[in-house]
Amino acid sequence: MLHTLLSGDRPRSRILAAVLVAILVGLALAPFVFPGTRSLNVAAKVAVFVLLVASYDLLLGYTGIVSFAHTMFFGIGGYGVGMAMAKLGSTWGSLALGVAAALAVSLVLALAIGLLSLRVKAIFFAMITLAVASFFQILASQLSWLTGGEDGITFKLPELLQPATRLLESPLFGVDVGGRLLAYYVVFLGSLACFLLLLRAVNSPFGRVLLSIRENEFRSEAIGYRIVTYRTVANCLAALGATVAGVLYALWLRYTGPDTTLSFSIMIDILLMVVIGGMGTMYGSVLGATIFVLAQNYLQDLMKLASGAAQGVPLLPDLLHPDRWLLWLGILFIVCVYYFPTGIVGRLRAVAR
Amino acid sequence: MTTADAQVPGRKLDWLPLALVPALALAALLFITSLPTWITLTLAGLAMGMMIFMMASGLTLVFGLMDVMNFAHGVFISIGAYAAASVLVAMKGAMQAPSLAANLSAIVPALLAAIALAGFLGWFFERVVIRPVYGDHLRQILVTMGGLIVFEQLIHVVWGPDIIPLPQPATLSGSFLVGNAALERYRLLAVLVGLAIFAAMWLVLNRTRLGLLIRAGVENAEMVESLGYRIRLVFIAVFVAGSALAGLGGVMWGIYQGSVNAQMGMQVMVLLFIVLIIGGLGSVGGCFVGALLVGLATNYTGYLAPKLALGSSILLMVLVLLWRPRGLYPVGKA
Amino acid sequence: MPEALLSLAGVNTHIGQYHILQGVDFEVPRGGLTMLLGRNGAGKTTCLRTIMGLWKASAGTIRYDGAEIQRTPTPELARLGVAYVPENMGIFAGLTVRENLLLAARDRGLDAKRLGWLFDLFPAMQKFWNAFAGNLSGGQKQMLAIARAIVEPRKLLLIDEPTKGLAPAVIASMIEAFRELKRTESTILVVEQNFHFARSLGDSVAVMDSGRIVHTGGMDGLAADEPLQQRLLGLSLGTHQ
Repeated sequence: MLHTLLSGDRPRSRILAAVLVAILVGLALAPFVFPGTRSLNVAAKVAVFVLLVASYDLLLGYTGIVSFAHTMFFGIGGYGVGMAMAKLGSTWGSLALGVAAALAVSLVLALAIGLLSLRVKAIFFAMITLAVASFFQILASQLSWLTGGEDGITFKLPELLQPATRLLESPLFGVDVGGRLLAYYVVFLGSLACFLLLLRAVNSPFGRVLLSIRENEFRSEAIGYRIVTYRTVANCLAALGATVAGVLYALWLRYTGPDTTLSFSIMIDILLMVVIGGMGTMYGSVLGATIFVLAQNYLQDLMKLASGAAQGVPLLPDLLHPDRWLLWLGILFIVCVYYFPTGIVGRLRAVAR
Repeated sequence: MTTADAQVPGRKLDWLPLALVPALALAALLFITSLPTWITLTLAGLAMGMMIFMMASGLTLVFGLMDVMNFAHGVFISIGAYAAASVLVAMKGAMQAPSLAANLSAIVPALLAAIALAGFLGWFFERVVIRPVYGDHLRQILVTMGGLIVFEQLIHVVWGPDIIPLPQPATLSGSFLVGNAALERYRLLAVLVGLAIFAAMWLVLNRTRLGLLIRAGVENAEMVESLGYRIRLVFIAVFVAGSALAGLGGVMWGIYQGSVNAQMGMQVMVLLFIVLIIGGLGSVGGCFVGALLVGLATNYTGYLAPKLALGSSILLMVLVLLWRPRGLYPVGKA
Repeated sequence: MPEALLSLAGVNTHIGQYHILQGVDFEVPRGGLTMLLGRNGAGKTTCLRTIMGLWKASAGTIRYDGAEIQRTPTPELARLGVAYVPENMGIFAGLTVRENLLLAARDRGLDAKRLGWLFDLFPAMQKFWNAFAGNLSGGQKQMLAIARAIVEPRKLLLIDEPTKGLAPAVIASMIEAFRELKRTESTILVVEQNFHFARSLGDSVAVMDSGRIVHTGGMDGLAADEPLQQRLLGLSLGTHQ
């Protein structure tokens, strides 16, 4: 049954399997094992970004396309929820409408972008997606009457998911069972389900064709008609995945805005996660997202200690300054691109063999 | 079907795209009924366009010649700006003095520092970051993005996280009046510098052997090698020159904005890409026309329809692509 | 006995996963014109490109003028006197005819006497001197490509399918030009599919099939042996358009 659930894509490394199980259990039991608002936020963010990065891996790792428009779809999901909840009231109906609308818009845009990749070189495509994403970001921040502008949209969730709601009178294992807990499990289970769907997609005949296209594209210029179809479908699936991630994130934050979803730094973060975790492995996104979000929240404390210890040495305290955590991830990223294209997952699997 | 109209303005038989610049300006005049305002805006647009051209020309030439899109190009812009900022902050007195000579004694070293540091960084970048991934577009994009992240952080390490203000030199700030129109001195300078650089590039590309090599290399680098030239050296020279130019552009841009910050390179990247796409990847002439169009469009819409201003360049790009899908002056690869 | 100017021994070339040259052995005698014939896909172009260093041989040795050159970079080979005219001619369309030749003349600039000889050979070049090379007709481009290769004296000329896509009348004038070329001291190796062209000009011949040389010898011998032609090239004496 596990085999079917994972669509036959086994971790193929004991260490990797152990790590994945640990992450899964950690996320599943986060409210109970890691109490506190901060840790729950970290867990929710990990869940959301696993899906976001996995959907990007489908595009980059399996189809071999670099797109900078992924955050745009992330944002569409978030704004779909945000605008629906704010304008149409905090009901399940408007939530459903918002999600459906977001998915539809994403699908249309993804189709358009996919068709653009018809005869266009990879670099040209990357530049255009950057411009499109940038345009979308401008729209979101300029059309404040619609999107809340720079401030974004704060909204209320349906009553069942609201933090004030209590489902059980007494706490379960020391944790209050209420809207917040439910919201967390919506995010976690939603992300898990979509991740497994993506896993199924890449392990299907469709996924195998994607891999063979990726190999061929970089060796020859010839493009056949069917390649465009496959890339477009991959583009759409990736976009939908990102949109769902955006929906989940908005549900958790009860807020959506340009800097939580559309900013270029998030696109860079996605790149970091997918490459360090391992391109073309799906599990790489799990690892990458976990490492990144944990680093974002906890590495800085470690670095503060190290920086303090290095006082007196020239330059070192600045290099170890907690705000420079991205520097080290960036270096790790570059090292991975040159030497470990399959990232940590690839390394673990190589060691296992 | 000739590619004779490629790259270089002046030699080209295709003047239509170049005519778009005055066409846009005149069209704007119809909407901006006040002549003095129009003059001010046009100068602002041209100045901005020139600075963008300085920043983008290296990027497009490197792509045309070496088939490398350096997503970290913004780093050279930032470094140039920061290097100059350090010099100018140290020589604040000379900058604020009301004498041109004093100002220049601060500006010239600042510009030289920018060009030198950006050029050196360009050499380092080509050797260490780019060379291992020639020909592999996917890894190029990834690795240069990585370089962008790392170098932006390193700027923070060296120069600190704060924004450094960069005031205009005393004799070049402010404006003088021509009739009713206010012409900013600094913008005039930017236009002059931009034109000078464009003229210099044109001369090199069309009147020197190096330029001949570059133009031929953009078409068919392999053939240039077969004729007995070490095209790799030309690559390096172009990359370094492009980076140095970007550094120069960065300084001027920084002074134009009034400050430098570590993200400035990255912030302007989207604009550079739009200009490259409009002009045609690999075309210096196209880059020039595209940059002017973008500069003008941004300033005109900033006055006429402020909400649209940020998106105006993208809309311009879409319009151009509908007319010429490969940009204004596509560089045909033989 | 003068050693062959160019000799290949056991040369293998891989392009990606494709093993194209599978052990090429042949020699190009000094001073003559050798024709490299063979069906489409036999590996003739790959052979030339490997000699020129544009693709690296994965095994074997190539000797040129007494030295091993399989690891020599392309620009250096060019400066050792090897000129290469690729299948797609490789002329720079955005440069003028004059600039194309100037580039090929390298450090010494254009020699007036040499130029005069070239103009006799290819009159159209003088007429189109300042025109963009991209505006020339197919035949004129081919002439320019060859003129570029000989704008200065070269020891070895590698020419890939000079008659490809040209009308018969143009091919005839090409044959005349090549006859002139043969009077120079250059050694010429030509890849060809047009057997009439090959027969008119070739002194020696090498035939390739599936990445190997399957026949070497004098052109007269091959021209006289129709069954051999059939076997090697799948055609007989008639002109191949």
